[in-house]
Amino acid sequence: MTTQPRRPLRVLLAKLGMDTHTVGVTIIGHALREAGMEVIFTGLKQTPEMVCAAAIQEDVDVVGISTLSAGHTRSLPKLARLLKEAGADDKLLVAGGVIPQEDKPLLEAAGVDRIFTMGSDTRDIVAYLNDWWAARQAEEAA
Amino acid sequence: MPARPGGSVADIAQRLLAGDIAAGARAIRWLDDRDPRGAALLAAIFGHSGRAQVVGITGPPGAGKSTLTDMLVTEWRARGRRVGVLAVDPSSPFTGGAILGDRVRMGRHATDPGVFIRSLGTRGQAGGLSRSTYDAALVLDAMGYNIVVVETVGVGQDEIDVVNLAHTTVIVAVPGLGDEIQAVKAGIMEAGDIFVVNKADRDGYVATQRQMELMLHLRAQSLPDQPPVPLLRAVAARGEGAAEIVDAVEGHRIALEAAGDFTRRTSARAREQVLALVRDALMERAIRIADDHLMADVTTRRLDPYEAARHILHRLSQGSLAA
Repeated sequence: MTTQPRRPLRVLLAKLGMDTHTVGVTIIGHALREAGMEVIFTGLKQTPEMVCAAAIQEDVDVVGISTLSAGHTRSLPKLARLLKEAGADDKLLVAGGVIPQEDKPLLEAAGVDRIFTMGSDTRDIVAYLNDWWAARQAEEAA
Repeated sequence: MPARPGGSVADIAQRLLAGDIAAGARAIRWLDDRDPRGAALLAAIFGHSGRAQVVGITGPPGAGKSTLTDMLVTEWRARGRRVGVLAVDPSSPFTGGAILGDRVRMGRHATDPGVFIRSLGTRGQAGGLSRSTYDAALVLDAMGYNIVVVETVGVGQDEIDVVNLAHTTVIVAVPGLGDEIQAVKAGIMEAGDIFVVNKADRDGYVATQRQMELMLHLRAQSLPDQPPVPLLRAVAARGEGAAEIVDAVEGHRIALEAAGDFTRRTSARAREQVLALVRDALMERAIRIADDHLMADVTTRRLDPYEAARHILHRLSQGSLAA
C-alpha cells in the first residue's frame, strides 16, 4: 500500500564503567546523527545488564560502547554474553575508547565485532556502520 | 544460535501478547519503519488492546518531562503497576537522524522487567509525536502494561497531538519562561487534564503558579461543564510531588470511567488513527499524481493551483483506492 522509505539505522550509545567523560561519546553521537542515524543515549555508569536491556527494548541494530576506565576486559565480554543469551546477538557490537591493542584479540574472541581505538576518525566509524548496514539489508532482502 | 527475533508475524504477535519484551520491541520497530509486517501484526493484536491508561506528558523544552516521567514511573512501580514509556524526540529534517536522549534520565528503571522504555524519533511528523506513536502505544497496551506514558518532544504553542492519543494529558510548566503571553497563546491550556509546575523550588514559582491558576480559572468559566483541573507542584529531580500526580492520574481515570468517557477517548483515538492512515495513503497517491502529471503545468502557469487540486481530487475519486 505504501512505499517503504529507507529506515534509519538505530544505534545505542552507552558508557560502561564508572568514569564520567562524555566528550567522545557525544561527538560520535552527533556524527552518527548527521549521517542520518537514530542515536539512543543511555547515559553514564551503565552496567552490562542495563545496556543489554536497553538494546532489546530499543531494538537497535548497533550497540556502541564507550569505555575509558579499564574494566572493559570483563564488562564487554559480559555484555556480549548477555546479548547472546537474550537472542540479541544479531546486533552489531562495537566498542571504542581507551582499549589497548593487546586486549583486542580477547574482546574479538568474546564477540565484540569491531574496536575503534583512540584517534579513530568519526568518518571511518560512519563508513564502517553504513557498509555493515548495507550488507545486512542485502542479506535480509535475499 | 538462539532464534533471532525476526520471527513470523504470528510468532511475534503470540510472544508479545504473553509479555515478551524482545517481541514487543520488534513489533514497534516494524510499525515505526512502516514495514508491511507491522500492519499484519496490528491486526493480530488489536483485539487485545484497550485496557491500558495512556498518559501523555507534554510541555515546553526544558520543563523536565523526562525527569518527571522517571519519577512517576517509580511511583507507579511502588503501586504495583507495569509501565510502558514512549519517549519522543525530534528527528533532524535535514538528515533524518536523531539523538534520542530521554532514557538518560530513566536509567534506574533499565533492568526492571515491569518497565519498558522505547525512544522514538519524530521522523518528519509535526505535532510533537512520531507517526508510529499510536501504534507503539497499542503494542504496549496489548503486552499488558497498565500505564502507557507518552512523553512528547518539547512543544511550542500548538503541538498537542498527544491529547488525541492520551486518556489523560499532563501539562508540565516551569517557572521563568515568560509565561503570561505563552500560556494564553498556547492551545495547551485548553487541552490538559492535569497541570504540573515542575522545578517548583526555583525563583518565579509563585508567579508561574498564579498565572496558571488564572488561566485555569478562565478556562473553567468558558468550559463550565468540565470538572475542575488539578494544578500540582513538583520538584522531579528530588522526587517531590509524585504521589499527588499519580493520585490525580488515577482519579482522572476513575472520573473518565464513571462518565463513560474512557471508552469514548479510546474510540476518539482510534478514529484519529484511522483518519491519519487514510490521509497518509491518499496523500501519497495525490503526490504521485501531482508529480507525474500536473506540476509541470502548474510550474509553467498553464494550470492554476486550485484547478490542479480539483484534477487530483477527481482522479482520486475515480481510481481504485486500494492500490
